Amino acid sequence: MSRFSFSRWGAIVRKEFIQLRRDRITFAMIVVVPIMQIAVFGFAINADPRHLPTAVVRAEQSEFTRSLVAALEHSTYFDVVEELPDEEAAREALARGRVQFVLNIPADFTVRLLRGERPAILLEADATDPAATGMALGAVQPLVSAVLAKDLRGPHAALENEPPAFEIRVHRLYNPENITRYNIVPGLMGVILTMTMVMMTAMAITRERERGTMENLLATPVLPLEVMTGKIVPYVAIGLVQATIILVTSHWIFGVPFLGSPVALYFATLLFIACNLTVGITLSSLATSQLQAMQMATFYFLPNILLSGFMFPYAGMPRWARWLAQLLPLTHFNRIVRGIVLKGNTFADMVPHLWPLALFMLVVMGIATRFYRRTLD
Amino acid sequence: MSDPRTRELAIAVRGLNKFFDEKHVVRDLSLEVRRGEIFGFLGPNGSGKTTSIRMMCGLLTPDSGSGTCLGYDILREADAIRRRVGYMTQRFSYWEDLTIRENLDFVARLYEMPQRTRVVDEALERLGLAARQHQLTATLSGGWKQRLALAACMLHEPELLLLDEPTAGVDPNARRNFWEELHRLAARGISVLVSTHYMDEAERCHKLAYIANGRLLAQGPVDEVVRFQGLSTYSVRGEGVTTLASQLERMPGVDQTVAFGSVLHVTGRDAAALEASLRELAASRPDVQIERIETSLEDVFIHLVAHASEDAGGGS
Repeated sequence: MSRFSFSRWGAIVRKEFIQLRRDRITFAMIVVVPIMQIAVFGFAINADPRHLPTAVVRAEQSEFTRSLVAALEHSTYFDVVEELPDEEAAREALARGRVQFVLNIPADFTVRLLRGERPAILLEADATDPAATGMALGAVQPLVSAVLAKDLRGPHAALENEPPAFEIRVHRLYNPENITRYNIVPGLMGVILTMTMVMMTAMAITRERERGTMENLLATPVLPLEVMTGKIVPYVAIGLVQATIILVTSHWIFGVPFLGSPVALYFATLLFIACNLTVGITLSSLATSQLQAMQMATFYFLPNILLSGFMFPYAGMPRWARWLAQLLPLTHFNRIVRGIVLKGNTFADMVPHLWPLALFMLVVMGIATRFYRRTLD
Repeated sequence: MSDPRTRELAIAVRGLNKFFDEKHVVRDLSLEVRRGEIFGFLGPNGSGKTTSIRMMCGLLTPDSGSGTCLGYDILREADAIRRRVGYMTQRFSYWEDLTIRENLDFVARLYEMPQRTRVVDEALERLGLAARQHQLTATLSGGWKQRLALAACMLHEPELLLLDEPTAGVDPNARRNFWEELHRLAARGISVLVSTHYMDEAERCHKLAYIANGRLLAQGPVDEVVRFQGLSTYSVRGEGVTTLASQLERMPGVDQTVAFGSVLHVTGRDAAALEASLRELAASRPDVQIERIETSLEDVFIHLVAHASEDAGGGS
């Protein structure tokens, strides 16, 4: 068995860079994918939707009802688009999706309020998409209290003094304004790296096999280890470029704060890239064509994106799903990135998520070497 | 290289067997190729030629059997074999998104050749592609690709060339040039094992081996292979003789008929019975001319294939 040769390894690296430079589409993907994703998630997707169309059914006109509707509009969650005559019209507007909410103020509201009878106001919501209405509904209760505080003055001030049964105080850490992109944009880093790293390495190696050039390589003195490691070097570089693109745009364009150390982040990123490259190599050993490699990469990518806490909150998942998520490198990397970027975590804080990444890499690397075919059989 | 015999032999393998799952692809293959010899490897598609070649250069591990290639053990010393053997795959397997020069340069780097630039320059010069060296390989025609592939697998000056159907899909003129080049290489002492489907190419080899269904059916110099089968052949010439084929095949002593345009080659193992049958035909059809000819390599191979499938019980 001959020894690892750096000059042969260098030849493979050189060849990969030349081929990559000629492959315009891949080259464009490297740069365009992170920018496009970041634009979509940063600008378009919003987990805290505002300006939701709202209708009002007002059975009476009074100072209280006017200031209540005004307060709704001021909250920016609600845009009052229609005044409707009755409940029937309100239901129709909801059913047809013309409005997301209907505020229903009963006829004797003001009178009963002044008598201290604690009258009710009905807010009907189209809750087919809980994510769309949840935040707005959360904002309603404090809003009503604020209106009462403002309007119940003078002779009616006594009514306000009645203490509410309980009070909910919300204190949001790290993202007090609840800005979705603070969470999403750093999370994208792991998602994009998973997608490009796994798919590109899996396809780069399968491509040699599919085009028959692998047979040619194996007939030369080059060692399989030299081929494998030589072929992935350019992708490590690509991964780092992508990570930089994401960090720069998220900080300078989306104003996401960066509290931790860039060195710590790049260290974790390198480890994460290594995890994904080992997965890519393993898939390429199993796949016989580029199409298969791509299918397998997608198969790996889906649970990662769904369970890692990028799309849906980890805390909301059942136990088995959380257990599964713990096995995925993206789960740990997302926590590392958010920790460094938003909380200013240090190396010591990262350790509980660094070792699972290292372990994952070692296990998959073991699988990859086992499956990698030295000869053609 | 202790055995002096193996020093004269470029390839010496014994009893090679290879299975792909249940399929027995190569059966008990034993053959010897001497140094400086052009050895033709013939057989129909799927007969096991490529698998055999891959086993000889250490790309595939045989399930059983042993052998040496340039004196090195094919099972244990594949690395040493790879350095000294040039293998040209059946399909063009250089990188089409690299230029001609980049391909040669890459190969030279893989073999860690000193004076790489000079070696590549010389190869380009010999190829006659110096002016087009910066062209992408994908833009080359089939004939040029094949010449580039030969130049690339010759770059590290191998002692043995394994060529897997190198002339498939190449025009006759380019094929002739290619074979002239092979004979020049052989004259310099380089051994060549070449698989082919073309009979004219087979006849230009020093020695031949014929393989069908993974089994070696004949081996030796061209005339010996022909003689060894002990076949007699007659040509039947005349108006519409090809329609006689089925009638002839029912006659005693006739093993096969092969049409070559308006001529029918009639071949059989039993010379006396064959002659009697043809005399009978001549009596009933005075318009056809019947003449004894030398059995050609093609007649022999058609005969071999027909009998190989009989042996395999109808064949697959």
